[in-house]
Amino acid sequence: MQQWQRRPGFRLVDSIGSSALSSGTLYDKVWDLHQVAELPGGSTQLFIGLHLIHEVTSPQAFTGIRDLGLGVRHPERTVATVDHIVPTSSQARPFADPLAEEMLVTLERNCSEHGITLHGLGSGRQGIVHVIAPELGLTQPGMTVACGDSHTSTHGAFGAIAFGIGTSQVRDVLASQSLAMNKLKVKRIWVAGALQRGVYAKDLVLHVIRQLGVKAGVGYAYEFAGPAIEALSMEERMTICNMAIEGGARCGYVNPDATTFAYLKGREYAPAGEAWARAVAWWSSLASGPEAVFDAEERFDASSIAPTVTWGINPAQAIGVDENVPSLGETEPNERPLTEEAYRYMGLAPGTPIAGLAVDVCFIGSCTNGRLSDLQAAAAVAKGRQVAPGIKAFVVPGSEQVAAAAIAEGLDGLFREAGFEWREPGCSMCLAMNPDRLEGRQISASSSNRNFKGRQGSASGRTLLMSPAMVAAAAINGKVTDVRALLNA
Amino acid sequence: MTNTAFPLGPISSVSGSTVVLPGDDIDTDRIIPARFLKCVSFDGLGAQAFADDRSELKGDHPFDRPEHQGASILLANRNFGCGSSREHAPQALMRWGIRAIVAESYAEIFFGNCLALGIPCLGAEHSVMLAIQAAATAEPSRQFQLDVAAASLSDGQQSWPLELGSGPRQMLLSGQWNGTAQLIANASALEATAARLPYLGSFAAS
Repeated sequence: MQQWQRRPGFRLVDSIGSSALSSGTLYDKVWDLHQVAELPGGSTQLFIGLHLIHEVTSPQAFTGIRDLGLGVRHPERTVATVDHIVPTSSQARPFADPLAEEMLVTLERNCSEHGITLHGLGSGRQGIVHVIAPELGLTQPGMTVACGDSHTSTHGAFGAIAFGIGTSQVRDVLASQSLAMNKLKVKRIWVAGALQRGVYAKDLVLHVIRQLGVKAGVGYAYEFAGPAIEALSMEERMTICNMAIEGGARCGYVNPDATTFAYLKGREYAPAGEAWARAVAWWSSLASGPEAVFDAEERFDASSIAPTVTWGINPAQAIGVDENVPSLGETEPNERPLTEEAYRYMGLAPGTPIAGLAVDVCFIGSCTNGRLSDLQAAAAVAKGRQVAPGIKAFVVPGSEQVAAAAIAEGLDGLFREAGFEWREPGCSMCLAMNPDRLEGRQISASSSNRNFKGRQGSASGRTLLMSPAMVAAAAINGKVTDVRALLNA
Repeated sequence: MTNTAFPLGPISSVSGSTVVLPGDDIDTDRIIPARFLKCVSFDGLGAQAFADDRSELKGDHPFDRPEHQGASILLANRNFGCGSSREHAPQALMRWGIRAIVAESYAEIFFGNCLALGIPCLGAEHSVMLAIQAAATAEPSRQFQLDVAAASLSDGQQSWPLELGSGPRQMLLSGQWNGTAQLIANASALEATAARLPYLGSFAAS
């Protein structure tokens, strides 16, 4: 029998390797603190400080603990909301879609049975799980945060170790408040310089993914650091960490600093009174120190980044708004089959300028870009202008709190006057589990996070990812537009 | 679709024919489109695996081709299962009949989800993967044996070395891949960990 030889050093998943090098990083400190036990075979039992659940990935997990005769170990560390399946035009119960209604009823029953707080529709606290946990002050530095959703990496913006899990792992966290995990290595993404006017956190993270690809983060946590990251607001940091997973990194984080503490102060679940000073002292001690050693590092200059748009079928297939769809010759040999598939699926020829590409639907929202500052940035573009004829444009606030704050500023009226629809909070057309979806081969300009084939609800629908301001610019002109031209007009 | 029972207990080997899914970065939205996530049980997902890709190819998708019906080993390339954390993806593959995956690499959440279902995910170096896929494509009915302990794949004529970390390997071989019981058994260590977390103690919001 022919025997193929094993090549030395080949590893299936990088994370199975040693991470002894990354001593002194925030990731190491938080990991060490939350270690419960070493499990047979070398994985670690890790305590989960905050478990967020929603209607899509939890029902089978509750069935799982019920089948095992178990309860929820820490219901007070488990927080639920409903986001993926909620309609955004009318949220009256029962929902028109009986499957959506069944999912919410199931979540309500499970939370009630196990004593879990559910921030439901109309509570004033409902919204996309990755929007509400930070705004309620639930997400804090130094925590481990798990949720059955890959964009849980968002919470790393606070200096938490936050990652997505599957439903079997949701069951494990419900039952034990812990998970069997393998430690990741840490790759520092150092960003110098400053973002230029009209260039946003979304552009920065799309640029990083474009340069590194969708696989570079596999086996790593991304630590985002450097002057350009320190200058970002918390909402901008959440946008960056949210998309770490699109670069393959299961978690991304930013070291906590004065910006983090100022955001948290006074929030409902944040420490208060005498505990506040103790909390800030501990949080400050967690940041990766000057002695921290990283397993890898990549460096970028924010000042050279242009508004960035995806043209293909994964988030790394992105270009500056002033560039053309790349040719095969400009593509890494490994990536060429996927590039050719993207040409075919998107109906775009190499060399086509992305600016000027006509769009059909414009979506502002999602856990990436559905926060108040995102709506403000889009509103600054929409103000006094009109959505182009034939374009469907809609704004979905990330949460009831975001909606209330936007309405208090008059943003709902501003968007409506400009021809946008103003909707109720939810995940909406990011993944189209509710009635908001593309039809046929429609092209969307979308502030969400994934441009995968079929992602926005039509098997042939096409998605161009961009910043909320760029989505607003596309809505006004009916085509992909450099938002800087509108901001300067 | 196969009627083979779902994984249970120690898993030391998987035998059967293969289905090749060529291409990198096959994401979980493609494995199971989001509209099929509107369910409170995983039961019906097998028929919906790769639903959009299959309808686009009108019967020519590997999951529809007659020679791959009953296949139990999926052969893929790089970064298989990237994107959404939905366990519905491995659930759909398992309910279609997949009992093991060999690929060049995996997205981590997908890898962990498969492990939790008792579906071994083994790695293969690029040239090895191409050789395996070529052998499988040349003769779709060929029977392969995947050995978890040795981390290898054989078709009786050739044997290819695969990769599997010691943690997942031990979990599969011992039957502890479904690890809830193990996690709750460490109750006193869980309590001790919770007790030293500052945010559960001195500055927890009252």
